[in-house]
Amino acid sequence: MKYVLVGSACLILILAFVFGSSYYKGQQAEKFGFMAQKNAELFVRQHSATLGSPDAKVYIVEFMDPACETCAAFAPFIKNIMANNPGKIKLVIRYAPFHDGADNFVKILEAARMQGKYWETLDIMFKTQGVWASHHNYQPEKLWGFLPQVGLDVERIRKDMHDPSIARIIEQDMADVKALNVQKTPGYFVNGRPLQVFGYRQLQQLIQSELDAQYPK
Amino acid sequence: MSQADQAAKLNWTLLFLCWLLVSVSMTISIFFSSVLEYEPCVLCWYQRICLFPLVLILGVGLFPFDKSVVKFALPLAIVGGLTAFYHSLLYAGIIPESIQPCSKGVSCTEKYFELFGFVSIPMLSFFAFSTIIVLLLVIKRRTSK
Repeated sequence: MKYVLVGSACLILILAFVFGSSYYKGQQAEKFGFMAQKNAELFVRQHSATLGSPDAKVYIVEFMDPACETCAAFAPFIKNIMANNPGKIKLVIRYAPFHDGADNFVKILEAARMQGKYWETLDIMFKTQGVWASHHNYQPEKLWGFLPQVGLDVERIRKDMHDPSIARIIEQDMADVKALNVQKTPGYFVNGRPLQVFGYRQLQQLIQSELDAQYPK
Repeated sequence: MSQADQAAKLNWTLLFLCWLLVSVSMTISIFFSSVLEYEPCVLCWYQRICLFPLVLILGVGLFPFDKSVVKFALPLAIVGGLTAFYHSLLYAGIIPESIQPCSKGVSCTEKYFELFGFVSIPMLSFFAFSTIIVLLLVIKRRTSK
């Protein structure tokens, strides 16, 4: 009786382990269908900021620049698509600060991330962009006034934005921009597939086709 | 059943629970490292060194029930428990990170997993070791009468 008890406990533990690992591996394989490709890290780096459920199977990788007007215009559109497909979409932000001086805004954004206010900061940057970046006339000093609105410590941002780790993130992203041949911002990839003809409708179709493929009805 | 038989049965059951707890802990620990690929930090390894032998020591003590198993198992459980306690304090930031002995490899404050948002791996370990210590002490008291 005692042997049976201990033996069955062993057996249950072993079975739980085996089933647990095969279940987990299956989930991972599904989740990272496109991530399993050899060059997946070109799209999603360890340092990349992501929004959305960790179980999402559709990855929207956006190469952007906080000072880019079209990026700001697309932000509500992406937000809307994500809200309409809860848990299915993950947004990955990559940087492509093409214009001179644009990297300063990426640095501010990354410094805000150190205070845990990444998405709020990106939001306020997009909303106030017209003030500090109208027609590529960058005036960072006009941005500072808006940052405390989301509870940021501006003095800390000024210090943190020169952190060498942020410079490395930008360097890596720019290297990937080259490798993926991103020419303009925002540059979109949905599960590794590039948006070939730019436009709201085209992006919507690309996302929908991946949603249909990953979540068959 | 006589009173002595009943007492013996309860002792065996307590030791079995002890063994079950360390076996479950070991399985979860190996699941974390091999399947989820959470790399164990130095302090985690010290706790594993104390945990894994307990599965065998307590298991052997079950067949037939041997009260001296407590003598061999308790030191391991105490060392493991103390390490887990220290690790939990480090993880919670109560002990500053600068004096931690594990600067190479994985940081001991690396957040991998938090059950219900606050139960960390070191806390689970501490909970398991303390429960084992308590159970072993109960067995010790019951058998030394």
